[in-house]
Amino acid sequence: MLKDITLGQYFPGNTIVHRLDPRTKLLLTLLYIVTLFVANEAPASYLVLLAALGGMIALSRIPPRTMLRGLKPLVIIIAFTAVLNIFYTPGTPIFTLGFLHPTWEGLAHAAFMMLRILMLVCGTFLLTYTTSPIALTDGLEQMLSPLKKVRFPVHELSMIMSIALRFIPILVEETDKIMSAQKARGADFETGGLLKRARAMVPLLVPLFVSAFRRADELAVAMECRCYHGGEGRTRLKQLHMSGRDAGAFLAGAALLAGLIALRRLGL
Amino acid sequence: MSEIRVSALRYVYGQGTPFEKIAIDDVNVTIPSGQFVGIIGHTGSGKSTFIQHLNGLLRPHGGTVCLDGADIFRSKEATLAARFQVGLVFQYPEYQLFEETCAKDIAFGPGNMGLPPEEIHNRVLEAAHFAGVPEEALDQSPLDLSGGQKRRVAIAGVIAMRPGVLVLDEPTAGLDPAGRQSILRNIRDYHAATGATVILVTHDMDEIARLADRLLVFSQGKLVMDGTPGEVFSRDEALTALHLAVPSATAIAGALRRRGVPLPEGIFTLEQLEAAILTCRREGAPC
Repeated sequence: MLKDITLGQYFPGNTIVHRLDPRTKLLLTLLYIVTLFVANEAPASYLVLLAALGGMIALSRIPPRTMLRGLKPLVIIIAFTAVLNIFYTPGTPIFTLGFLHPTWEGLAHAAFMMLRILMLVCGTFLLTYTTSPIALTDGLEQMLSPLKKVRFPVHELSMIMSIALRFIPILVEETDKIMSAQKARGADFETGGLLKRARAMVPLLVPLFVSAFRRADELAVAMECRCYHGGEGRTRLKQLHMSGRDAGAFLAGAALLAGLIALRRLGL
Repeated sequence: MSEIRVSALRYVYGQGTPFEKIAIDDVNVTIPSGQFVGIIGHTGSGKSTFIQHLNGLLRPHGGTVCLDGADIFRSKEATLAARFQVGLVFQYPEYQLFEETCAKDIAFGPGNMGLPPEEIHNRVLEAAHFAGVPEEALDQSPLDLSGGQKRRVAIAGVIAMRPGVLVLDEPTAGLDPAGRQSILRNIRDYHAATGATVILVTHDMDEIARLADRLLVFSQGKLVMDGTPGEVFSRDEALTALHLAVPSATAIAGALRRRGVPLPEGIFTLEQLEAAILTCRREGAPC
């Protein structure tokens, strides 16, 4: 039940994708998104993009089924976008039914649009599946560190992010426990109208908030006991290092972007 | 009457995933009405998973749970009825309190049963009395009470449903010795006064030896021993192999016996040990 939710879930591994520097992966994900939008809406371009994504997934050894499972919650949004595109793109109509006139151009546009969203989501999943949340926030902190010059609290922000991520599984477990305890007293979370269900959440949310604040308090004390005082002069257990691997990855990313720009020029 | 019969119970965590783990495997046990049962076992032995089946919080992957001869999973209504008849107090139950006042929190269970207000009021007072919640605390916010008091309120919240079976998962964990003693005394009094079945999960052999009529020992999801405290604690080698201990009085008696003090078998509480040693002295044995 609750334990099944995947939220930026990390699949540990030791592939070349896993070992890339998190900064590289963050930048490449951005580059990949740009590439997706630069690409010409034509079969050749999309085949290249699909091949690139497939290659990356194969390299990361993330089972394709896991990828697809992550897409499930997005099916409705994607389908909605596609349907809108079929009807609202001007062009030669397939048939006319009252005010509805789907077009061939719309159909093609919708297909490309769907593929684009799917590839976009899969690409970002690849980032979170192969990078531990801690590495991700570390990478983000390093990338944003120039902002420290203008007194932007980069370290604090990334610490907040790490802690928030760390607390998700704890709070999920806590929710499960409190739900069981209230169910044992006859609470009903599953039936009834909207109002009844909203009211049924009170016995769950109040203890959950109380315990979240308690945990936050305890964590703050524990951090202070170990003399935490922010980012200044702080060293790291895991230093981030760019290597030849990362240079290679950037080259590959740049090549992909260049290739798709070229294809666009050629109109393919 | 609230007889529990569990047959061929099986429960698997994470079924169908690579992280599959068998939590309960082929457990058969019948608990007649009115018994005081202790459940002991190493951490992760399946005790807590087992008790969550008794009131239908977990649905078994195999086997049945019957209350007075009827399967509690036969219908949704039957499962809900089982929740009220088998009151389950979780570990650290003080973290489930949510109402503005203790009285309202204790009334949550009876309220869900759909009882009339006067009846609920009576039950709150009765439950508060059984659980040892002082009357002036009833109008206070549960958040203003001490840890031990909060736990009493939480236990009262379950007792207020007047369950025929009261199941408690380590109700004394994390309390000071005086708090432990008095909560256990409350539970024993409740058992004596209402004749309800009590099932107590614990790690404290001294307290369970004093209270239980019967002990169930779990290990790796299986029920490995089932008998009176005398029967179970006489097998101290088997218990040690399960990473469990015998009560301290039994251990002391054993050590004295090995040094030649003629103490009888079957000593589980410090009172029994004291009496036995005094008898020995009176008879002039070497102590």
